[in-house]
Amino acid sequence: MAVTKLFGAPIKRREDPRLITGRGNFTDHIRLPGTLVMAIKRSPHAHARIVRIDTSKARVMRGVVAVYTGQDLIDKLAPVPCAWLVPDSDLKVPTYRAVAVDKVRYVGDAVAVVVAEDRYVAQDALEAIEVEYEPLPAVVDQEKALEAGAPQLYEEVPNNLAFHWKLHSGDFDAAWKEAEVRLSRRLINHRLIPTAMEPRGALAAYNPGTGELTIWCTSQNPHIHRLLLSAVTGLPETRIRVIATDVGGGFGSKIPMYAGEMIAAALSRDLGRPIKWIETRQENYVATIHGRDHVQYVDIAAQRDGTITGVRVRAYANLGAYLSTAAPGIPTWLFGLMLQGPYAIPVIHCDVFGVLTNTTPTDAYRGAGRPEATYLLERMVDLLARELRMDPVEIRRKNFIPKDRFPYTAPSGLVYDSGDYEATLNRALELVDYDNLRHQQAELRQQGRYIGIGFSTYVEVCGLAPSQAAGAMGFQGGLWESAIVRVHPTGKVTVFTGSNPHGQGEETTFAQLVADELGVPFEDVEVIHGDTEMVPFGMGTYGSRSTAVGGAALVAACRKVKEKAQRIAAHLLEVAPEDVVFENGRFFVKGAPDRGMTIQEVALQAYLAWKLPRDIEPGLEATHFWDPTNNTFPFGCHICVVEVDPETGKVTFLQYVAVDDVGNVINPMIVDGQVHGGIAQGLAQAVYEYAAYDANGQLLSASLMDYAIPKASMLPSFSVDRTVTPTPVNPMGVKGAGETGTIASTPAVVNAVIDALAPFGIEHIDIPLTPERIWRAVLERSR
Amino acid sequence: MYPSAFTYYRAGSVQEALKLLMENPDAKLLAGGHSLIPAMKLRLASPPALIDISRVPELAGIRDRGDRIVIGATTRYDDIQRSELVRQVLPILPEAIEVIGDLQVRNMGTIGGALAHADPAADLPAVVLALGAELTAFGPDGERTIPADQFFVDLFTTALQPNEILTEISFPKPPAHTGMSYQKFANPASGYAVVGAAAVVTLGDDGKVAAVRVGVTGAGPYAVRRQNVEQALTGQEPTAAAIEAASQLASEGMTFNSDIFASDEYRAHLTRVFVKRALTAAIERARG
Repeated sequence: MAVTKLFGAPIKRREDPRLITGRGNFTDHIRLPGTLVMAIKRSPHAHARIVRIDTSKARVMRGVVAVYTGQDLIDKLAPVPCAWLVPDSDLKVPTYRAVAVDKVRYVGDAVAVVVAEDRYVAQDALEAIEVEYEPLPAVVDQEKALEAGAPQLYEEVPNNLAFHWKLHSGDFDAAWKEAEVRLSRRLINHRLIPTAMEPRGALAAYNPGTGELTIWCTSQNPHIHRLLLSAVTGLPETRIRVIATDVGGGFGSKIPMYAGEMIAAALSRDLGRPIKWIETRQENYVATIHGRDHVQYVDIAAQRDGTITGVRVRAYANLGAYLSTAAPGIPTWLFGLMLQGPYAIPVIHCDVFGVLTNTTPTDAYRGAGRPEATYLLERMVDLLARELRMDPVEIRRKNFIPKDRFPYTAPSGLVYDSGDYEATLNRALELVDYDNLRHQQAELRQQGRYIGIGFSTYVEVCGLAPSQAAGAMGFQGGLWESAIVRVHPTGKVTVFTGSNPHGQGEETTFAQLVADELGVPFEDVEVIHGDTEMVPFGMGTYGSRSTAVGGAALVAACRKVKEKAQRIAAHLLEVAPEDVVFENGRFFVKGAPDRGMTIQEVALQAYLAWKLPRDIEPGLEATHFWDPTNNTFPFGCHICVVEVDPETGKVTFLQYVAVDDVGNVINPMIVDGQVHGGIAQGLAQAVYEYAAYDANGQLLSASLMDYAIPKASMLPSFSVDRTVTPTPVNPMGVKGAGETGTIASTPAVVNAVIDALAPFGIEHIDIPLTPERIWRAVLERSR
Repeated sequence: MYPSAFTYYRAGSVQEALKLLMENPDAKLLAGGHSLIPAMKLRLASPPALIDISRVPELAGIRDRGDRIVIGATTRYDDIQRSELVRQVLPILPEAIEVIGDLQVRNMGTIGGALAHADPAADLPAVVLALGAELTAFGPDGERTIPADQFFVDLFTTALQPNEILTEISFPKPPAHTGMSYQKFANPASGYAVVGAAAVVTLGDDGKVAAVRVGVTGAGPYAVRRQNVEQALTGQEPTAAAIEAASQLASEGMTFNSDIFASDEYRAHLTRVFVKRALTAAIERARG
């Protein structure tokens, strides 16, 4: 009998023993008899016409079963879908063939597919395919792509402009005219490569006897993939089963519907045999989406006292060569709506130009739009503080939305659920011992050492919902989540969630929630996810929504189960249902605690059904589709302390403090882990990671030898703390916690480095702050 | 990730390895495999045959030969790093090995493999230059000795002939009042040296620099000695100013690599900075 409350307990992740002992159930671990392997030949050119493809040599190689070109697949597969059709933006969705037909548009575009008996033969066959290209001029930079005379990717998309999205709230021209201080800046938010530990892959098994397709794949949202696979293959949704039980990280990169998985499905159907396709890391770097990549022109209007009166942004988002599944929504809604941040800025004026270029398509990468907004705002706030000679802390206090104004309707139209921004700032200042730190900084500068203190006070929108908002934003789906809670006759509980955790730990968190709700032992709760045949519907894991939305669905389903159990208990105890109390897993008669029965006893009776009245059906389970009324808005303050070696430009991390408020916390250890991982990725954007293309569209950072993901030795030790401001949006009062670290940390690090370099007169360096960029900035100012 | 087909041979002796090499002129020798195998997986290298020399007993081991320490070519990094003898006499070797790759790499990678592969960003080439090592090659005409100064010829190219096998590396034991240091600016992605500088400095009884050798790796197409720095410092009082002045010469007459992480201009600057840092640390240690 569970009597201890599990909500708030730092329970170790139950998924870890299987994951860390190599017993995970990843796509490439699944072996089916008779499986063929698939490999994709990819374009070495960023932009070229396909003149001729000769597959004759490959076809006759021993062990090669089939070779397909784009032409061969036209009738077998519809184009790769785009599912976020942002309205009122003149959106153009060019045709995205899974395998290119006449033209390739980025390095990595698929040109042919080999199916063979083993992967080595497949690789030999790829090399034996001859493709004659007529190279075309390529364009990589989104601003250049819009210029007259730029290479055109599509006839049907003039000037490579896929959309122009606007959000104009308030009169910016008036704010600008009346401003006492005006600040303008061009900012870069550079391209990143998500680099999930497990690359993408699929094992597609079509059964010609039954007409059913089972596909194991690396998916954050198996039900969305089921729907989209149905749309592109023409198979009924009811004949498709998608399984993605263990997925080795996604960070957004496993949301979209990709060519590789689609081709595997179509070819399994064509050949009547299971087909396995697993990306190499090189493929992953060119053929899985990239993230970020904005050029932003920002104007800030303010008063002399530091009050910000308006923000205007013109952003150019690089979408890559094709529109990935959610691509149009990321630089628009998830970016523009957050441009006021945690500040009471009354006027927001935003124009976003979505531009097609000869690069890998971009889509959601951890934070997705919100890091781009937060970096912009936090950098500008620091620049404004510098201009006004204010402390970066004071300017933030000056502009915070006060805690008594929640729920707060922002000029972008979002309604912030709850908040106390200053509390996180105060706690973070205490943790770094701010006053003392400034003294230390001054003293060290005397000795020729340069330390810097950087702030980031942020709010973000997550727990993405509700469905009505999704519809208004052009998202081609709902944003609810489903749950089934099934209590077995033995009292053990199986819960089925439409969320699909792939590193976030909800197998544990959800078991905690359910054990608490039903008063059963934690060990008795099994959490099932990632199989569309087990979980009938679901929207998946992204946008920090699993616990806030999927968890709420589970709690609601638990409450339905309890309500029925209470009616059964009342009947068996021979009292009215309202006279029954439920506590710690036991139903008993109000005022007579001895007269009662456990939920396990009730469950047994529910299935025996010997003594049930006619109006109660046997069994004990419930389904709930939870559609929240709003998103959640976690917030916080991150402070980074660095030392910069001006001789080499190298940044050393001295301290990192994160005080976040994600509402109530179910498992603090898991939330800490999410925050740590998020900081690592955001910090890496500031100083380590960048996807580099040359002018011809060759990806120069195309391997882990050149693309610097952060290793433990490259990171500081994080001090993580929290304040608690529950949200009214769900019954648990929890907010999303998966992306806060990434959203907050990039500007905290950059502001720290720039603060360190203040004695050199440096007020801005574009990210990434690589040693050479810092060294050059110091050198220029020292000349 | 999927190499082309190749034939695998395992040699039981240096003689047998040489015989296999003569019979398979396009074959590659396999020792630790931590550079060769990744290149094959990416099909950047597709040798028709590999001759595995990692189990030839006489090629591995660390031996004290009076005034020299001799390390067999297939001795693994980790064995060198753990050797008490090496720690005592040639502490720059464990210092440099400490910053090579990670533990798994150091458990597999070999000193001879690294030197023969001559990756422009490998760490040990700078160290063998600074220590004045000699490398022994075994070929159809028997053994010959190649001074480290003449070993590194170009990008991934050494003085070894295609039919020669690197068998051992011999280091002179340094005299008293010698300090040595390897200072590295690592690429955050690969961990390889953007610039690595090795300095070995012997001070005379008068406290002046009696002998100094400096090797630089990572900066250019192959590792080089910096005789101009050495000459500027020899016979000098090793003051901060003298070190600074000598280090300023470190980038002269060199060609520099350029990539997305570091331009040639920045590498030239880092060369001066890291030569200075290596010299400073070596001199401090020489003073003991």
